[in-house]
Amino acid sequence: MPGRVKVTPPELLPYGKIREDLFRPLSGLTKKYFIAILLPLLVILFGAYAWSVQLRYGMGVTGLHRPVFWGFYIVDFVFWIGISHAGTLISAILRLTDAGWRKPITRAAEAITVFALMIGGLFPIIHLGRAWRFYWLMPYPNSRLLWPNFRSPLLWDLTAICAYVTGSVIFLYLPLIPDMAQLAEHNTPWRRKLYKALSLGWTGSDTEWHALERAMKLMAGIILAVAVSVHTIVAWDFAMAIAPMWHSTIFGPYFVVGAIFSGLAGLMIVMALIRKLMGLELYLTKHHFDNLAKLLLLMSVLWLYFTLAEHITAWYGNDPSEMVVFGARTRTRFAFLFWLMVFVNFVVPFVLLGIRKLRSITTGVIASFGILLGMFLERYIIVVPTLSNTRLPAASSMSYLPSWVEIAITCATFAGMVVLYLLFSKLFPIIAVWEFKPHVAEDEL
Amino acid sequence: MAHRWGMAIDLDRCTGCEACVVACHAENNIPISTPEQAATGRTTHWLRVDRYYEGDFPDVKVKYMPVLCQQCDEAPCEPVCPTYATYHNPEGLNVQVYNRCVGTFYCANNCPYTVRYFNWFDPVWPEPMQLQHNPDVAVRMAGVMEKCTFCIQRIKRGKDESAASGQELADGDIQPACVQGCPAEAMVFGDLNDPESKVSRMAESSRATRLLEELGTKPKVFYLERGR
Repeated sequence: MPGRVKVTPPELLPYGKIREDLFRPLSGLTKKYFIAILLPLLVILFGAYAWSVQLRYGMGVTGLHRPVFWGFYIVDFVFWIGISHAGTLISAILRLTDAGWRKPITRAAEAITVFALMIGGLFPIIHLGRAWRFYWLMPYPNSRLLWPNFRSPLLWDLTAICAYVTGSVIFLYLPLIPDMAQLAEHNTPWRRKLYKALSLGWTGSDTEWHALERAMKLMAGIILAVAVSVHTIVAWDFAMAIAPMWHSTIFGPYFVVGAIFSGLAGLMIVMALIRKLMGLELYLTKHHFDNLAKLLLLMSVLWLYFTLAEHITAWYGNDPSEMVVFGARTRTRFAFLFWLMVFVNFVVPFVLLGIRKLRSITTGVIASFGILLGMFLERYIIVVPTLSNTRLPAASSMSYLPSWVEIAITCATFAGMVVLYLLFSKLFPIIAVWEFKPHVAEDEL
Repeated sequence: MAHRWGMAIDLDRCTGCEACVVACHAENNIPISTPEQAATGRTTHWLRVDRYYEGDFPDVKVKYMPVLCQQCDEAPCEPVCPTYATYHNPEGLNVQVYNRCVGTFYCANNCPYTVRYFNWFDPVWPEPMQLQHNPDVAVRMAGVMEKCTFCIQRIKRGKDESAASGQELADGDIQPACVQGCPAEAMVFGDLNDPESKVSRMAESSRATRLLEELGTKPKVFYLERGR
């Protein structure tokens, strides 16, 4: 049975070997690494140029027009915030439930969360007509005695995302402390300094371990609540508006499910990549991918359920303004994208991951790429058809297509993820080493 | 008592001549829209005349409907603005503060009438049109949202003049450019708090409806049309 492969679980490997295996990728810079960082850097540079063009000339360089005022940037925003849910779910839920198999994948997931948030958080700024004034959305003391409008969902958004970034950085940082203390022992001078400063004087005493464990449990609980609230609020950016097919009560949970779904797919791809590139076959085993695939299947079913619930109620209700959007989504202008989304979000994962014979790391990665595409499409299908079909039919207009500026900036963010991840994996062990430490017995914690 | 400005548009009188649109452009420093802008959906008309067609060619009936900001009492655009760039002023006007706008587009997305217009680029006028700018109205920069103001500059001037002369504002003293420019006299502007004003009486008419009233936005623009 491919589901149960006979490999030594990484937990049973000798600790000395684990330490060596996982700390090794940190040292030594190869040519390949430089190229891997340089290429995406070029893409980022081009994206930055595209943004500078937009800042200089105005939002007219995008494909946006009346009435489609939100386009790729908002899609990107929701997409990246969605990806960030990988870390939270895997790490926080599995930590809280003490699932042993989580150990080699928590840090990879938590890092995705932080980076995806950093990237996603840029889009609300990029999509502003006057991006250089973005700080007007923040409550800061100013001579005009003006406060931002806390009734606006965008303010809730800003608040939630700031809380989420803060929380997830702490959540990533806490379990890094013992590893950094180990790394500070023997290393090159600048690295020794860096790790020593970052490990906050960790000595590994019992009190410290207990404090750390308590802090991590607490953060896991907090971050879970924050993550759910963040994507609910992202959904409310749409659901609070009275636009047809946006004004929906299930948007909150629908978006949370979609976020976790795409986050897991992102995690699957990242894990397959680091497994291959860093030679971590012993640590990221088929078992882990198998479990992730099962989670993906679960989320796929949930996603389908929500999509069905969302559309079937609109269709049965037969409200004229909603039916126009419903028709555009499922039958006319956006129908191809809609059914492609259903295909890659549900049919493909079910065939590739649901049939046990087909389930493997490769098919998992293929399905995950499909899911990422599908979830990107989902956001596009939520944002654009509603806006292009206005309530007053005379105000509806031609379809929206992104311009080169929007595409360049979107590509740059994917490149940004690669660069951030490459840098992170050079500075910190991508798998938490101390979690395998024998003397930290489970019952002690 | 404070004023509560409103408008009534008699659709049975409207001929769709678009004189109101031209007047609005001239009064409010709205750039002249080009065919290229029209092709990309980027035209700006604070007041536009929507056309609805009835029947099949050659028996076609066209209906015209001038659509401008409805100055809703429960404006969906207002609560969603994070910077208070759009807010409700004491006279019930839905005001747009250009300097405060950062361009989140949220107000425009939440406007069921799609009457908000964005400055995609800095505005340009073909020579010598820039010479006829109205000094009472700001020229809006790239990146901000704008929309019909009910010619707030004219309201302000009307009130100032009445205060200076000591004479009370009479119904019809203040006229937005579109109302002034309408040759069919289909548009009427006035104070809804004054039960004797023409606009109040028209709003009471059995022919009066409001656009998308079912959304609960409480617009202050009334459309008059005979029943069928």
